[in-house]
Amino acid sequence: MTTTAEAERRIDAHGPNNSIKPESLPDGRGHFGPYGGRFVAETLMAPLYELEKAYAEALADPAFDREIQRDLTDFVGRPTPLYHAATLSKDSGGAQIWFKREDLAHTGAHKINNTVGQALLAKRMGKTRIIAETGAGQHGVATATIAARLGMQCVVYMGSEDMRRQSTNVYRMRLFGAEVRGVDSGSKTLKDALNEAMRDWVANVDDTFYIIGTVAGPHPYPRLVRDFQSVIGRESREQAAERLGGLPDALVACVGGGSNAIGLFHPFLNDDVAIYGVEAGGDGVATGRHAAPLAAGRSGVLHGNRTYIMQDDAGQIQATHSISAGLDYPGVGPEHAWLKDQGRAVYVSVDDRQALAAFHATCEREGILPALETSHAIAYAQQLAATMRHDQTILVNCSGRGDKDMASVAEAEGDLS
Amino acid sequence: MSRLASRFNVLKHAGRAALIPYITAGDPSPEATVSLMHALVHGGADIIELGVPFTDPMADGPVIQAACERALAAGTTLSSVLESVVAFRRDDTDTPIVLMGYLNPMDAMGLPNFAQRAAEAGVDGVLIVDMTTEEAPETLPVLAEAGLDPICLVAPTTTDDRIRRICQRAAGFVYYVSTKGVTGGSGIVAGHLADKLAHIRPYTELPIGVGFGVREPADAAAVAEVADGVVVGSVLVRVIGEHTGSLETTCERLRAQVAALKQGIEDSNKLSLAAQ
Repeated sequence: MTTTAEAERRIDAHGPNNSIKPESLPDGRGHFGPYGGRFVAETLMAPLYELEKAYAEALADPAFDREIQRDLTDFVGRPTPLYHAATLSKDSGGAQIWFKREDLAHTGAHKINNTVGQALLAKRMGKTRIIAETGAGQHGVATATIAARLGMQCVVYMGSEDMRRQSTNVYRMRLFGAEVRGVDSGSKTLKDALNEAMRDWVANVDDTFYIIGTVAGPHPYPRLVRDFQSVIGRESREQAAERLGGLPDALVACVGGGSNAIGLFHPFLNDDVAIYGVEAGGDGVATGRHAAPLAAGRSGVLHGNRTYIMQDDAGQIQATHSISAGLDYPGVGPEHAWLKDQGRAVYVSVDDRQALAAFHATCEREGILPALETSHAIAYAQQLAATMRHDQTILVNCSGRGDKDMASVAEAEGDLS
Repeated sequence: MSRLASRFNVLKHAGRAALIPYITAGDPSPEATVSLMHALVHGGADIIELGVPFTDPMADGPVIQAACERALAAGTTLSSVLESVVAFRRDDTDTPIVLMGYLNPMDAMGLPNFAQRAAEAGVDGVLIVDMTTEEAPETLPVLAEAGLDPICLVAPTTTDDRIRRICQRAAGFVYYVSTKGVTGGSGIVAGHLADKLAHIRPYTELPIGVGFGVREPADAAAVAEVADGVVVGSVLVRVIGEHTGSLETTCERLRAQVAALKQGIEDSNKLSLAAQ
């Protein structure tokens, strides 16, 4: 399957670019090169500055770090294991595939790493009410969970189309005492839930903390979420040193907004490691029915930041399509946009059909039920492994478990089988 | 002097606040917009605020969201909005027009290109809702160079330092967002508003318009007592959204609604003159 373009991309992806100093970004205005920034209605600027200041103070306070570490250990169950997917590796006929098992974190996905951090920050700031948006429901569940533990009121906005696709997660959020508000505007998916959460925040800035679930949104959110998710990459580095005897040759993660991916990638940006982000190809990027803004979008402004977005010629945001609700988003975190332009990471896409095949293979050959989002990353890792040597290693972020996806899979197999 | 500045000048001498009705361009169809704009003027609009529809209007409530969806479904684009302005200007060269919208459609057209086309079409001011003063250095000068007044928002949460910086960049008028929330809310408290505007005045010579939450003629009257302009949007957009009859009758209802708001402002004017 290796084409010339593919081989060139792999060379591009391999190894650090010395001109990049990823630890220095975002800059003081929240920019990653031309991306990021703060594009919001004026009412939200004061709360964004308040958040930035509170976060800087928290970072300087060792007690905050201790509090987070304690929750990540006792509540989330970290560190998550590194697992050798030996059979999938053998089937792929090349490099060894390892999973970073974020699916084993509390609530079944990486999302909890961020919600614990932001909720503890909210508590420090004296906020009593938490709001969140959710697509697949994983971020909503992770938010509802920590809100319950901290005794905070919680409202989660979710597109009505996503509520239908992910009804189990809606039920879980309600069990934790969260109010789930369906969003019927626009495409009734993640982007519209984000709009609605922003509207709630504008109206309730005094007592409300908005926990954004991905590395998008206005500054400082892309940085905040990246920092809280980077525990994935830091643990992976340590575990790789022990289990692989050094760094992996490549990293692979799925990219919707891109929080699990940046969490894995960021601690490796200065290393000689190839980095691949996998977007949702939907029916195929060529059909236009997909959710791959880095592959097929262009620079624009959505949800408070400049980044690659899927838009028509008139600058209207386009509907996205993916079997995976968590990847069904027309934008992407601004740091990914910057990493793409710098050539430090390579972004590829995997379509619905390929993701489903990887989903089944992982169930049948490894006894692991991956989320449909994660299945995109696994599908690409299998393709990539086939082009690499047996003694090379690929570390895949197994970002979430797939229990929530039973209905989507059953529905899709009716169409695809 | 810009059309906006001279309009505010005239009103200032008359001792009256500007009535600034908002409609979403292209709602219910691009063809209807010019007639609806004229209806606003016939009802007593001093300045027209014309919304550019966007798929993701984060600062707008359900009424204007629905208007955006109707306009986009009818094929409205930023280009067609500018064409409506050109057509309106054939019959009305006096009424200032402010475009209000979100950055991305303007960005997609290319900001310098948009600014030039808007100025040529007869637009006077541009309010970009999600353009903060932090991001403005790359944007607002482009508008000013084309001869457009950059209209900037000040919110109840805006700090003094930001009020100062925003007022430095603004032209035309300063738009004060009267309530924390999205468009179409309610709850303007006239007493608070007077204090807030008194607080902003020392930072700028520009007139101050107030919007977000003005519904009834009585609200308009209360705002007119302390502000230089009253922006009314969602109640008018609702008239357009709810009416399914002919364009002619929609225009008439819209005109009547604007006239009622205008009457509110004029009553407040008489009251304050009598009080003097």
